[in-house]
Amino acid sequence: MASAEEVAKEAERRDIRDRWVLSAPALIIIFLAASGPLLIVVIYSFLTPGPYGGVVWKFSTDGWLSVLLQRDIFDDTLAFADAHLSIFWRSISLSFYTTVLTLFFGFPTAYFIATRPPKTREVWVFLVTIPFWTNLLIRTFAMQQVIRNEGLVNTALMALGIIKQPLQIMNTDAAILLGMIYVYLPLMVLPIYASMEKLDFRLVEAGYDLYAGRWQVLRRIVFPLIKPGVIAGSILVFIPSLGAYVIPRVLGGGKNMMLGNLIELQFGAGRNWPLGAAISITLMVLVMIALLFYVRNASRSEGAHG
Amino acid sequence: MAKRPFDIQAQPGFGFMALLTFFALYLPIAALVTYSFNTADSLSRWDGVSLRWFISAWHNSAVQDASVRSLVLAVSAAALSTIAATMAALATTRTRPYPGLTFKYAFINQPLMVPEIVTGVALLIVFSRIKVWTGYSGLGYLIAAHTAFCIPFAYLPIRARLDSMDLTLERAAADLYATPWKAFRFVTLPLLRPAIIAGFMLAFVISLDDVVITEFVKSGGQDTLPTYMLGQLRRETSPEINAIATVFLALSVVLVTVFYFVNRRKP
Repeated sequence: MASAEEVAKEAERRDIRDRWVLSAPALIIIFLAASGPLLIVVIYSFLTPGPYGGVVWKFSTDGWLSVLLQRDIFDDTLAFADAHLSIFWRSISLSFYTTVLTLFFGFPTAYFIATRPPKTREVWVFLVTIPFWTNLLIRTFAMQQVIRNEGLVNTALMALGIIKQPLQIMNTDAAILLGMIYVYLPLMVLPIYASMEKLDFRLVEAGYDLYAGRWQVLRRIVFPLIKPGVIAGSILVFIPSLGAYVIPRVLGGGKNMMLGNLIELQFGAGRNWPLGAAISITLMVLVMIALLFYVRNASRSEGAHG
Repeated sequence: MAKRPFDIQAQPGFGFMALLTFFALYLPIAALVTYSFNTADSLSRWDGVSLRWFISAWHNSAVQDASVRSLVLAVSAAALSTIAATMAALATTRTRPYPGLTFKYAFINQPLMVPEIVTGVALLIVFSRIKVWTGYSGLGYLIAAHTAFCIPFAYLPIRARLDSMDLTLERAAADLYATPWKAFRFVTLPLLRPAIIAGFMLAFVISLDDVVITEFVKSGGQDTLPTYMLGQLRRETSPEINAIATVFLALSVVLVTVFYFVNRRKP
């Protein structure tokens, strides 16, 4: 006869086994159609490009070298690949500006929503949610309607006689930036609003009672309390901006590439799959660094507020 | 009359900034919809209002194909991912931590953490090989890819609901000699239904909206509505693309509204 303890242990073991069986379909699908292929990308980054795309199974570190460097075709010396560097720089700087500017507009918006009466508050939140769930491509295309040469902005400015020639906004970095701000703004507003909703305005009142000015209250009371929302929003905007592909493709034209477009180029016309794989992994590492930064900050601010 | 009391919530300029933001959020959408009613042949002119391009899009066989494919794909991926996510949620909630639990969380959420373009090229590498080996190039690849990245979205509301549900009712059912299956079928499942519907709808919208991964996984002639539109945007665009976008937009708004009300109804 097994003792009661052994029976309990056996039951627990069976429970854990059943839980693995139950989660198996999800884990298997994700392994086959998401995680597993990522491991293959790592392998591909160390192979030799095939003549018509694809790879030749021969070890090489050239893919990784050419992420940032290029070999001179005459004397084989290595130099920084300016084209790639400028794409890295564009990706990182545009993502940074997008984050800062969405914060600049998103913070007052979230504050505005959080200070409405509860009934109308829901309507405002709903108004932010609709663009959030609308197809990204459609929103990018909508932005194109505003900034293209015959678009809303140029038509209005010309009708008002402010400019004679349409402003060339399309196919510039500014177009990409505008598109990313527009598309990712809800991702900034919603998490800040979620923190702001829980803000206790009695603390704000206490601040005023102690002779703080509006700016002081905002900086010393409101901002520290909603910091987790600001950090979450910034990460939610920064990460997809870094990996943006559709927005630069539609609004930036062929020349103003970001990392996503550079990766596609290597798998398409560039026919350098190992280089494309190496850039993909670089992009993933950049994203992971941003995520780690977030996790560290999130756990720290959680600790600070108990 | 007394002086207006000091409003502790007011911040100068914030209301203006917020209204400006809302205006900026809806202006491009308004422009897109307006141009879809344009009669002219090209987007650079405005010739008056008509439904010309809606009718033209409706009769365009490429658009019809892409729409049907998008719907079939979204329904299949949403159904499969919701089933897998429900099972996974049952396996990862209401339990003491056990070996592998954190791993499961991380693994299920993994598709959310990797840029779409990277998943796209990864699947391109693997699936193009499998296509050559097996000779099969049907919709199965897209369904598998979409199911994988929809799972975390379907998992989210279902797990949240299970976390907030207490075990009392299921224990009561077990006390009354219900088998585990019966307790699940008649107690847990009905309580979980709103979350399952929410998960399904989230997955459906996510699948319907996907451009990047689909662009890399699809075989020739397998355009979905978003990839078809992306292809059209490369060329000189006619207002037909606006008409398609407007209909797509309307569909999204309907889905979001339904989702909102399904979710808001408190149990």
